[in-house]
Amino acid sequence: MQLKTQTRPKVLTVSVMEDRIDAATAIQFKERMREVTRAGDQRVVLDLARVQFLDSSGLGAIVAVKKMLGPARPLELSGLTATVEKVFRLTRMDSIFTIHSSIEVAASHAAGT
Amino acid sequence: MPPAPDPFAQADTHDLVIRAEPASVRAALRRVTASPPVVDLATDLRSTVEIVLAEVLNNVAEHAYAELEGHVAVTVALHPGALWCEVVDEGAAMPGGSLPEGRLPQTDLAETDLPEGGFGWHLIRSMTRDLEYRRRRGTNRLNFLIPLVEYP
Repeated sequence: MQLKTQTRPKVLTVSVMEDRIDAATAIQFKERMREVTRAGDQRVVLDLARVQFLDSSGLGAIVAVKKMLGPARPLELSGLTATVEKVFRLTRMDSIFTIHSSIEVAASHAAGT
Repeated sequence: MPPAPDPFAQADTHDLVIRAEPASVRAALRRVTASPPVVDLATDLRSTVEIVLAEVLNNVAEHAYAELEGHVAVTVALHPGALWCEVVDEGAAMPGGSLPEGRLPQTDLAETDLPEGGFGWHLIRSMTRDLEYRRRRGTNRLNFLIPLVEYP
């Protein structure tokens, strides 16, 4: 599970470099997210622009990461592709995340511009 | 003399047998969505088929077989207005002999209580109709239709 991180003053962006987060990779995704968010206290934006497919295991893993980071360090999402957006919408999990159209929008929003 | 046509080799049907574990499920989804009849559907419908089959097949791997090894057979066939699907396995029966209701987990909760699972059957029921489950002679057989209309 390849993740690309970029640390900015007030936000840590994490881009998923895989085309799927599914039952085969959900646990690995959670572990990698734990590693890359260990240091720092910025908000975290998870960019899903490359993710073409998400199943309920992948969705559960993203919720688990949100819980792991805790309320002081909100997990936000960006770049949901059509299939990923559908899974979030049908399970109403779109209501518990702040969702940005793109990582650039998310980062500028976080910087207060 | 030309060979007799194979009555099972139909362009509108695709079936395969896989090992019930996540990596094989992933490979199966790739193959089903890249072959007729699913490959010819609109992108949105293809993704619906992929989500539904992913949930059904991963349930078989995680619950029917749990720690055991086993196989699962998938058949998809194009019907007028719907994709007919059948999934057959020889794992444990559904608890209580019937399908889960698929009620959506509560989401208006404190963050620490947010659900990390229980979405699968809700997704399946949202995108299918005529779900039918039968247990006979140690075999689970699940049938359903995926309506071929763009999801709202």
